[in-house]
Amino acid sequence: MTTTLSPKATTASPITPGVQRTLKNRVSVPETISHTLTMAYRGLLKIRRTPEQLFDVTLQPIIFTVMFVYIFGGAISGDIPSYLPIIIPGILVQTVITGSIVTGVQLREDMDKGVFDRFRSLPIARIAPLSGALLADTLRYAIATTITLGMGFLMGFRPEGGFGGVLVAALLVIACSWGLSWIFAFFGVIARTASSVQGISMLVLFPLTFLSGAFAPTDTMPDWLQTVVAYNPVTHLVDATRELMNTGVFGADAWLTLLGAAVIVAIFAPLTVKAYMRKA
Amino acid sequence: MTYTSLTSDWAVEADGLVKTFGSNRAVDGVDLRVKTGTVYGVLGPNGAGKTTTISMLATLLRPDGGSARIFGHDVQRESQVVRQLIGVTGQYASVDETLSATENLYLFSRLHGLSGADSRRKSVELLEEFGLTDAAKRPLKNFSGGMRRRLDLAASLISQPPLIFLDEPTTGLDPRTRMQMWETIRRLVSSGSTVLLTTQYLDEADQLADRIAVIDRGRVVAEGTANELKASVGESSLELRLANAADLDDVRVAIERVLGVAASVSPEAGRITAPMNNPDLVTELLVTLRDEGIHLAEMSVQKPTLDEVFLTLTGHGVESDDAATGASAELEGSRA
Repeated sequence: MTTTLSPKATTASPITPGVQRTLKNRVSVPETISHTLTMAYRGLLKIRRTPEQLFDVTLQPIIFTVMFVYIFGGAISGDIPSYLPIIIPGILVQTVITGSIVTGVQLREDMDKGVFDRFRSLPIARIAPLSGALLADTLRYAIATTITLGMGFLMGFRPEGGFGGVLVAALLVIACSWGLSWIFAFFGVIARTASSVQGISMLVLFPLTFLSGAFAPTDTMPDWLQTVVAYNPVTHLVDATRELMNTGVFGADAWLTLLGAAVIVAIFAPLTVKAYMRKA
Repeated sequence: MTYTSLTSDWAVEADGLVKTFGSNRAVDGVDLRVKTGTVYGVLGPNGAGKTTTISMLATLLRPDGGSARIFGHDVQRESQVVRQLIGVTGQYASVDETLSATENLYLFSRLHGLSGADSRRKSVELLEEFGLTDAAKRPLKNFSGGMRRRLDLAASLISQPPLIFLDEPTTGLDPRTRMQMWETIRRLVSSGSTVLLTTQYLDEADQLADRIAVIDRGRVVAEGTANELKASVGESSLELRLANAADLDDVRVAIERVLGVAASVSPEAGRITAPMNNPDLVTELLVTLRDEGIHLAEMSVQKPTLDEVFLTLTGHGVESDDAATGASAELEGSRA
């Protein structure tokens, strides 16, 4: 009845029947990378369309550097110039890691939209919508890094490690935050609402950053707390960043942090993809 | 129902599909057979399990029981193959709201493995085909419902899939846009696609589908062509409205004599209705009435509607069902 051709219909191009197509049930690694890059491109387009998403990585570093340096500088280090080498790496780590929480929150918001249904029905690597979004967010981390360091420079921070040391430190922080963002992506996938992702993540992150020596030297803390601080991975990241910026040395802390980030990715990336697919 | 399974003949083969959400069996043993190159309609009220069924066939949901094959490929074991063969257009537009129409189509083309240049060409082509060229650069937030659906369908056609799932393609569209959508669907089929569409509109299934499965509370309650389904309800009926209601009794007697069936009379409307097994006899009845000097104000033949089919099959009306399955409708909604 309805299969009769309408005049317009003859112009449509014929469809290759299913049985004549070459099909495969696996997605290759190059395809996975290509899908991830396309998804990252989508993330960048979204950032361009909604620049207000960047508030947290633009304004927060400015406010935090100004506040911490002028409020605590004199009290902790005696004067502001000697506090800068301690606090700038600390704020850098804190800001960028906080930025990685937003990755999880935005992923949750994004997943609630219909477009994720389409992603799931496409013959693409299952990990691509996640890895792409996380990759695009390294841009946000880079913005936060640049602004924090710029503020530090304006306030008189002249790192002894030179440009090279600062650059490597920045890359280390961005790479580690990307690794860490898989944890928040996991929360993003399993949580029911975006605000609950924010809630859980803040609860995890607050102790992590404050118990790390990011803002103040740890030697005045009680012993038990110092033990906690010593085992906190963020401590190692902060120490590595300080070492790189202030001496230009890529030391044991830096290696340890990279290893830690790799472990996090190795655990949370498969977990996240699995949870994402179960939701699917 | 028994079928011979032949890979190239069947676009969709589903056997005993089950999906439960908590204690609610949203889909409760659905069997479907869709022949390649046809339009198959899945008809049912809100919350009947239509979207859930499609989600399982489109690899979006894992069945809790039963199995399904798309062109002979198992949806669970060969899900990635199945995804290369299907296009899915959901109940709610599954395109990126923050991006423009062009950006959406470009991204989906890239994900389908087209090169950058091919993707740009394909996007332009599809935008033109679906009459969206003028709105190509605008963000989707400013798109009307109809435009969104068209873009959604365009995105499903990038890889020219041999099987397209359309989940309630015209729900919420105005009549004109609805007709346009129907025209597009017909065009798809003429180019060789198989279409499986769900709908809660009886006339839509009637208009588009070669075969229809009526689904209710997660089960297929009837299957066949629109005409077969209508025939299962019974024959057409003859309806006469008289110029003078006083003649009603005479007409009733005449019908019983000429047609040999009992007529039902509604005196208030001056109307009389009788089953029409043999249309040939109607001529004779009309001649009889003229000879007796009885004048008709109106005469019509009522074919059974799919509404009646639905009522007969499920034993309950379409409207009353909404409340009963409200919970599952909600579930279905949250999935889509």
